[in-house]
Amino acid sequence: MKAKVYVTLKKGVLDPQGKAVIGALDTLGFKEVKDLRVGKFVEIELEAPTKDEAKKCVKEMCEKLLANTVMEDFKVEVEG
Amino acid sequence: MKFGVIVFPGSNCDHDCYHAVKHVFGQEAEYIWHKTSEIKKFDCLILPGGFSYGDYLRTGAIARFSPVMAEVERFAKRGGLVMGICNGFQILCESGLLPGVLTRNRDLKFICENANVKVENVETPFTKTYKKGQVLTLPIAHADGNYFADADTIKRLEDNGRVVFRYSTIDGKISPESNPNGSINNIAGVINEKGNVIGMMPHPERMCEEILGGIDGKGVFGAILSA
Repeated sequence: MKAKVYVTLKKGVLDPQGKAVIGALDTLGFKEVKDLRVGKFVEIELEAPTKDEAKKCVKEMCEKLLANTVMEDFKVEVEG
Repeated sequence: MKFGVIVFPGSNCDHDCYHAVKHVFGQEAEYIWHKTSEIKKFDCLILPGGFSYGDYLRTGAIARFSPVMAEVERFAKRGGLVMGICNGFQILCESGLLPGVLTRNRDLKFICENANVKVENVETPFTKTYKKGQVLTLPIAHADGNYFADADTIKRLEDNGRVVFRYSTIDGKISPESNPNGSINNIAGVINEKGNVIGMMPHPERMCEEILGGIDGKGVFGAILSA
């Protein structure tokens, strides 16, 4: 099975990388950009009896290691 | 006193810490490899600066699961003195021994310079040699020193005097201009509730000899020795 994990900064957490990217997009003429936040994407191949169990397992990985819930939120999607 | 300096793969201030306690202060010191799962007879553990595990995922995120960290937690629970400097501070935050997290500097740059650091709490085993409000000159060298915690945590820290060090001007003014990395409330160092685990981004171990630029950091080790 394949799991996709999206780790994003919580609202209110300063994202200097995002701010720099907004600045660069603005320089390139993309005046449409209202806001932008940079996050992380993790792809995991795993074995699990069911999709639900895979999701549960990956959520635990997120809470323990993949995300720091002090400043980050995460979203898990399981395929296959 | 016996100091243990924990060595993670990628630690690079371990020798500086060892040198300060062993050669400047003449104390017993030992390196502790991060795979060690039993540590004995230490009075103080230092988690040094560096780039443990190449800062992969997040600073300190992987080092926090090194076998030695379970021992560090036990040692801290028993009331042992633990000091995390720079990457050591990041690891202590990731492990939950200290609140909050250190994120990328506001200006995205690695900062390597001397900073003015005000001592806000002198009632700790790490700072009792200083005067309240004293401004120290200590080096900082980090890309991720921007201290963040939610509003409730910050309030709890502030209300209980747990912000031990703050970036300031040379005359002790706390302002956005004297904040090198964007830390909330200019926070440079915090202590746990029990008062035996401290984390700080500035490097006191690099300011213990005149030949290295100053001795403002000596008070931290002096305080530990008189604990």
